[in-house]
Amino acid sequence: MRRTLRLLAIGWMLHLKMMSRSAFDGFLGVLWPLFFATVAFFMFQAGAGGETLVYASFGAAVMGIWSATSTTAGSAMQRERWHGTLELLVASPTHFALVLLPVTVAMSTIGLYSLVATLVWGRVAFGIDVPLEHPLSFALALVVTVLSIGSLGFLLAVSFVRYRTAWALGNMLEYPVWLIGGFLVPLTLLPFWVRPFSWILAPTWGVDAIRQAALGGSPLPEIGLCLALGAAYVAAGALVLDRALRAARRDASLALA
Amino acid sequence: MSSARIFFIGGLLSFRALFNFLQPAIFIPSMLVAPIFQILLFVYIGRSASLQDDEFYVIGNAIQYAAVPCLFAMTFTIAGERFQRTLGFLLVTPAPRLPLFLGRALPVMVNGLVVSAFALVVGGAIVGIDVPLSAYGPIALATAACVYGCTGLGLVTAGVGLLLREQAVLTNIIFGLLLIFTGANVPVEELPSWMQAVSNGLPFTHGIEAARRLADGDTLGDVAGLLGTELLIGTIYAIVGYSFIRFAERLSRRHATLERA
Repeated sequence: MRRTLRLLAIGWMLHLKMMSRSAFDGFLGVLWPLFFATVAFFMFQAGAGGETLVYASFGAAVMGIWSATSTTAGSAMQRERWHGTLELLVASPTHFALVLLPVTVAMSTIGLYSLVATLVWGRVAFGIDVPLEHPLSFALALVVTVLSIGSLGFLLAVSFVRYRTAWALGNMLEYPVWLIGGFLVPLTLLPFWVRPFSWILAPTWGVDAIRQAALGGSPLPEIGLCLALGAAYVAAGALVLDRALRAARRDASLALA
Repeated sequence: MSSARIFFIGGLLSFRALFNFLQPAIFIPSMLVAPIFQILLFVYIGRSASLQDDEFYVIGNAIQYAAVPCLFAMTFTIAGERFQRTLGFLLVTPAPRLPLFLGRALPVMVNGLVVSAFALVVGGAIVGIDVPLSAYGPIALATAACVYGCTGLGLVTAGVGLLLREQAVLTNIIFGLLLIFTGANVPVEELPSWMQAVSNGLPFTHGIEAARRLADGDTLGDVAGLLGTELLIGTIYAIVGYSFIRFAERLSRRHATLERA
């Protein structure tokens, strides 16, 4: 158990350091959601204003966590293929899921830079005063959201392993999750048939937990749901990964895709 | 005759070779599906903010999304030569430079027009906007003007991209700035005055306004000024971009470092 935790922690730290230095994953990962947040802030400021700006600011802040994950998780395994390290990682005694999971969690951790930048930008440029009624719950909600979004990224990474252009599929999922996750738009505004899709997405509960903690509510049910969904993603991802690797070993096709 | 052949055939071949978004596995999610979701995202944000009607966001985002094909394609089709290790061969040819570089812009514009038109028609159908059938032709012309303008800007990013390593970062930043400044989702008059001044110098701003007015019943004559401004802005960017590409070429001959950025 200690070795597993150590592996996860070191993998997470190393990938976080590498991604932080990438102009695309690091710098653009912070800036990209800020563009959309700025547009949303202008829209709410010119329109309904008031509490809707505060509502939007939390969602806009979490948008960066999903952006950082979705756009790069899809191609996580493809990158290892390009670097020529995929076969070595798969052949190692450690289960490949334990190697890949810290990568995707590091991607979602990058999103924390964007979260801070968005909240600061909202305060400085738009005067949005974001309350923080329960700081400890807020911090817990943030950590759980990052972990669960990283887990969803892990599921994406193993699901798209056969696709050479997996990054395009990951990119395609950026806007839909922003929309149906209730980041900027209350779920009650969406058609009723969309809501079950929202409920099975951990980011939906994560952003709700963050809002509840900041605004003085109780985020514990949302945190629990977020954690449960994150665990389900990891379990599903491990099963998919096992099947994919068995097929790749059988067909000697790991390097091909 | 040779220049015409370089412009049309050479331009199309280079576009197909260097713009790898054309393969269906990338084209469908990036150029067809993503703009629909961008439209839906801002339509619902707009409803939540109670700012403008759905038609405002459908037209604004459908046209603004042309920035993806126009900027990325233009940048990759010229600056991508460097990554393909063919830039040196390209610069050594005696081929006239105007058709050589500008010929790649024509398929970029066609691609941008197709993407915008698809997003407008499909996004509009999903959201349920009411645009008269007679307005679609003039709106297509307004979209073509916007695409021309943005392709001009794409030439500038292509020129800058010849000197940068991270071209994708640059084009994504330009896309984000166009999303904010061009009135695609926020009426330009709602922006601070300094932002309005910037908006007036960017592609899309005048063309999007023209398209919205055409959808509301105006004629082409009523929006001719806006379309003329859009075309003028695109021409200025194209001249600046082409000049920058030639400048980068002269730099490469002087310092022999262009392929090492």
